[in-house]
Amino acid sequence: MDLASAKAIGAGIAVIALAGVGVGIGNIFAALVSSVARNPAARDRVFGLAILGFALTEAVALYALVIAFIILFV
Amino acid sequence: MCGASSGARNRGTQVAAEGHSSIDALSQFKLEPALGAIGHSVNFTQANLMMVVSSVLVLALLWIGMSPRAMVPGRLQAAAEMCYETVMSMCTDQIGHEGKKFFPLVFCLFFFILFGNFLGVFPYFFTFTSHIAVTLAMSLFVFIVVTFVAIERHGLHFFSYFVPKGVPAVLLPLLVPIEILSYLSRIISLSVRLFANMMAGHVMLEVFAAFIIMMGTAGGLLYVGSAISLSVNVILIGFELLVATLQAYVFAILTCIYLHDAVHLH
Repeated sequence: MDLASAKAIGAGIAVIALAGVGVGIGNIFAALVSSVARNPAARDRVFGLAILGFALTEAVALYALVIAFIILFV
Repeated sequence: MCGASSGARNRGTQVAAEGHSSIDALSQFKLEPALGAIGHSVNFTQANLMMVVSSVLVLALLWIGMSPRAMVPGRLQAAAEMCYETVMSMCTDQIGHEGKKFFPLVFCLFFFILFGNFLGVFPYFFTFTSHIAVTLAMSLFVFIVVTFVAIERHGLHFFSYFVPKGVPAVLLPLLVPIEILSYLSRIISLSVRLFANMMAGHVMLEVFAAFIIMMGTAGGLLYVGSAISLSVNVILIGFELLVATLQAYVFAILTCIYLHDAVHLH
């Protein structure tokens, strides 16, 4: 196997982490929907927390993406 | 006419061939000296220029916005007051009533990052937050401030932060290093989060922009793909605006949470 194809495969493997991030973001918004359905008055407070959790989880996806970019381009 | 069009086609295939071999996604982050010879001699890059621009914009918003000092605020004054109140409520909600003391720090960080992220969305501008040197410097600064506040408030008692309460003593040799590691990894997570978000967004814009050129020059049915890439790019710009706000907010609110930990220890 030459280096270029090994790099491409490695970058592909690096973004498997996105599976976990997908589960995490799905969990966050599922919990948001159910909590707003139970108590619509808490919407504003809970929404801020959900966005914070979304941003923190999305960051994990971007760590994986950065590793993929490092493998591909650096 | 014919020659020109064939020349254009040749050039087009050349671009497509070059584009196909590799999409040059990372060269947009290259630093170039700004402001001509003076900038060249003092290594004043376009990132530094953008930092100055974003600071000046924040100052101008507050200065010009608050200069009327009207009882019923106009548009700019309402915007300036809203900025102030948003960050103030963020500080007091997260840190408690002692949060007012840290308001200037959080305000500066939030608006410096926010305007830096927004400036990066404009064409021909530069996102200084897409450089890890910048974000790492900011997060190191936050880390040092947080540690100093904690030590100043609690003295040596600060080190009890690394010993979780209600844990059997057998587990402590395992848990204390983990706590220390997670405390230290704040520097990396805070900086890499912002840097990775901005870099990944701009790389994505660049990749889809390259798709537009590659498919547009290939012609035929691929014009459809080129149009789709263009519309994806438009959507991505909107997404970038969301990410710019969100990441500035996350950086500021995490600073607040860390300061809360420092002030209250758990």
